[in-house]
Amino acid sequence: MERKALDAKIACRSVWKLYGRDPEGFLAAHGGNPPDGAIAADGYIPAVRHASLEVFPGEILVIMGLSGSGKSTLVRCLSRLIEPTAGEVLFDGQDLLKIPAKELIEIRRHKMGMVFQHFALLPHRTVLQNVAFPLEVQGVERATREKRALEIIDLVGLKGRDGYYPRELSGGQQQRVGIARSLAVEPDVWFLDEPFSALDPLIRREMQDEFLRLQTMLRKTIAFITHDFDEAIRLADRIAIMNEGRIVQIGTPEELVTRPADDYVANFTRDVAREKLLTVASVMEPQADGEALSDGVVRQTDKVADVARLIVASELPLRVADDSDRIVGIVSRARVLDMLFSREPGPGG
Amino acid sequence: MAEAAAPSGERAVRRWVAGAGQSGLRVAIFLLAPSVFVLSIGPFLPEWLRIVPQEWAAPFVGWINAAVEVLRREEMLGLFTFRDVTRAIANLIDYPLDFVEAILVAGFSESVPGLPWIAVTGLAVVLGWYLQGRQLGIIAGVCFAYMAIFGKWELSMVTLSVVLVAAPIAGAIGVALGIVAYKKRWFEALLWPILNVMQALPHFSYMIPVAIFIGIGHKAGTIATIIFAFPVMARLTILGLKGVSPEVREAGIMAGCTNRQMLWKVELPAARPTLMVGVNQVIMLCLAMVVLASFVGAKGLGHDLLNRLRSLWIGQALEIGVVIVFMAIILDRLSQAWARKEPEHMREGPFHVRHPFLAVGAAVVVVSYILAAFVPALQLWPKSLSITTAPLWDAMIDYIIVYAFDYLELIKDTLLVHVLIPMRDLYLLLPWSALLVFAVTLGWYYGGWQVAGIQALFALYLAFAGYWERTLITAYMVSFAVVVCVIFGSVVGIWAAAGPRRTKVVELILDTFQTFPSFIYLIPAIMLFNVNDFAAIMAIVIYATIPTTRLTIFGLRTVPHDIVEAAITSGCTPRQVLWKVRMPLAFPAIMLGINQTIMYALFMVVIAAFIGTTDLGQEIFRSKADNNAGQSLVVGLCIAFMGLIADQLINAWARERKKVLGLE
Repeated sequence: MERKALDAKIACRSVWKLYGRDPEGFLAAHGGNPPDGAIAADGYIPAVRHASLEVFPGEILVIMGLSGSGKSTLVRCLSRLIEPTAGEVLFDGQDLLKIPAKELIEIRRHKMGMVFQHFALLPHRTVLQNVAFPLEVQGVERATREKRALEIIDLVGLKGRDGYYPRELSGGQQQRVGIARSLAVEPDVWFLDEPFSALDPLIRREMQDEFLRLQTMLRKTIAFITHDFDEAIRLADRIAIMNEGRIVQIGTPEELVTRPADDYVANFTRDVAREKLLTVASVMEPQADGEALSDGVVRQTDKVADVARLIVASELPLRVADDSDRIVGIVSRARVLDMLFSREPGPGG
Repeated sequence: MAEAAAPSGERAVRRWVAGAGQSGLRVAIFLLAPSVFVLSIGPFLPEWLRIVPQEWAAPFVGWINAAVEVLRREEMLGLFTFRDVTRAIANLIDYPLDFVEAILVAGFSESVPGLPWIAVTGLAVVLGWYLQGRQLGIIAGVCFAYMAIFGKWELSMVTLSVVLVAAPIAGAIGVALGIVAYKKRWFEALLWPILNVMQALPHFSYMIPVAIFIGIGHKAGTIATIIFAFPVMARLTILGLKGVSPEVREAGIMAGCTNRQMLWKVELPAARPTLMVGVNQVIMLCLAMVVLASFVGAKGLGHDLLNRLRSLWIGQALEIGVVIVFMAIILDRLSQAWARKEPEHMREGPFHVRHPFLAVGAAVVVVSYILAAFVPALQLWPKSLSITTAPLWDAMIDYIIVYAFDYLELIKDTLLVHVLIPMRDLYLLLPWSALLVFAVTLGWYYGGWQVAGIQALFALYLAFAGYWERTLITAYMVSFAVVVCVIFGSVVGIWAAAGPRRTKVVELILDTFQTFPSFIYLIPAIMLFNVNDFAAIMAIVIYATIPTTRLTIFGLRTVPHDIVEAAITSGCTPRQVLWKVRMPLAFPAIMLGINQTIMYALFMVVIAAFIGTTDLGQEIFRSKADNNAGQSLVVGLCIAFMGLIADQLINAWARERKKVLGLE
């Protein structure tokens, strides 16, 4: 990857979270990296093990895993809602674990926003008061904060509902309030903890679109948790897959599908509609000399699903061009049909 | 859980006890065998293992009285005694008391009268309407109008003013303690057991210390009421704050709240539902206590009720009882409606559109004052127009006595001669060592060594406090009453749980009965059976059946639906569904109901001592007459610990059982 860890907006290095009698002492005794057997034998429960990741500015990193895989704990370590047992968390290059409580409150007040699975709205406050809440605790004066809150309520599509109480709204509307509240302070980093899991499938879809729309406007740095692989693929720039507290693989959706690190990851990717995810590049072959080719040309960045009809309709392979219209290979009907029907991993791996 | 940590020998015992096959029977035999053994060799035990001799009994009473004496006479820093401090604090309570009483009825001076009764009644209507709807408004209006028209207005308003002063103070103390306990672990560890004991102490145990340090009178009654009512608020504050969802708390942290902002802007508001349950309970406990506090000189309805009962003027007592019942119903309904009231978005417009109820309320007060200025009967309902129902009640009682006396006597005498007295004699043979063995075995099995240790402490206290015989007599009355309650309560509960309509009716009745101050239940008992053990047991039964009935219904109604459906599709008859599926699953809930029944019975047994029994309650009464604070506390603790032994064992059992059944 060309980006450096130093460019990361938020990153963590070798973060551990153990529960038990004396987790710090236990980690130190094993040189900071105890084997699994020792952890179980001494009765410790590992929530996060040796996790490292970076989230780059403007990127959506989805952290994916089944329940109990440690994804929620890891994200809470990133915002220091949970104190990690060991490791470091870098926010703009500064170690979040070493800064004093007062400064941490300032960072949360201005640079972080978080959306929760069950919305976590304050039941005794109206929509307007909920959204203005983070500004209120900073001491922003009433007129200013309510003006700002109204703008965001507008942005998330709840215009006219500002005087309602959370219980008077539907689940989807409540989560819009949750989103508006987390954006009220214009944070740089946005944490979303399974924000759409508690919603009906149709509403979930709608909210995902809404989320993508907001992100194209706002360009936040995002850590998004989900247990739904389809949601991960739909939203992610990159996905980190967690299992039993460990990060098993980090990569673009395409990388995960074409080169799963182990069976655990492969289990998730098996049923993915890869033609919608993969580009022509992943089924491209080198051009052999003298081969008969069709006149058609496709781009290597095209999704396979978008050009499949063209390729399958042609007897002969098509040429594949890169962004500067250079021919970089060919794509044959057989390879595309393989991908569409056999669901075998592509040749890239 | 306990098993995993247990040493291997203990584990082996547990495995053997819970072994395959008839494990239920085996557990019962294992748990009961030791105490049955001690019981059966009782007559051969050395005397001191049966009853601790007086000279061995711990002189708790003397210690406490000595401490009281020091606090009363010795001057701290050579300036003032502890009693001076408590009296000074008590004098502060006069200001709010006088103020509220002046508003409600007494008036501030000749020229500034209190609220006319139509104003108070009108405000009650507006409040009921605002909190829930027209129906509650009408109920509130009827209740208050009744108080005025039946000539009990002044007494009612005095009682109401004590509740209105005591409840907010008790609530504030409770919330403050709850917050500290929530923030500081060590304080919670300290507070929780104290709350447990305080809530198990009978009403009267609070009164003598209060009387000593504050003196007999209206404000002493108010202070006793506050002390009696705050523990429940403290407990519910802790529960409420702990119950705030972690996500909401995280949302607060991520918004950048400081600790103080967290508490006031996030945690306390989010805990509102639980806190409001506490508010309702505090109000009801205040009413129950202020009625009883007439024993230390609180004025109001309780005072007159006490006097009427003492002179056996049953008709007039009943009349006051009805007013207390109305007061209880309306306070309960209003506070529950307040608890359920959810905020709604406001309408736009001028003041009277945005706050219609405030506007109407203000109008009611103004119009009432104007009307009352011209028609005095609207200020205070004239005595000459008051309706009294006492003659009616007296006639009814005469009728009962004339026509039913022989039958009632027969029932009473039969039970006394053939059941109650033999049972009492049997109980008096019970050695304290058997109780100790029983409590420790069960405590160990269901709760581990820690519970067993606490159980042992409770049992030893009962043995060595010097009131073992009285304890046994109390135990006999309570256990007989509890058996009757359980039979009656579970039968009614099973009947009521059979259909939603029955459930609704019975629950409404239970809800209403539960709000009555316990003192009320003495009236029918005395009315029918005069003054003796049997009447006391009757009073206990009426009062203490409520929780068993309620939790039987709850247990049966909350059995998971799919399990019942599975039973029906397996071909169970309705009877089989009830006895093979629903009852076993409801059993933990029913046991918790029985637990509450025991607690209620122990509370009532003390109040019933008023009508002349020979148990611990009587000792408390005697100590009140002698102003013997030590004795009243020691005996009060006896009652509390009896309750806590049962409470701890039943709760430990129910937790275990629910876990086994997967009901949690």
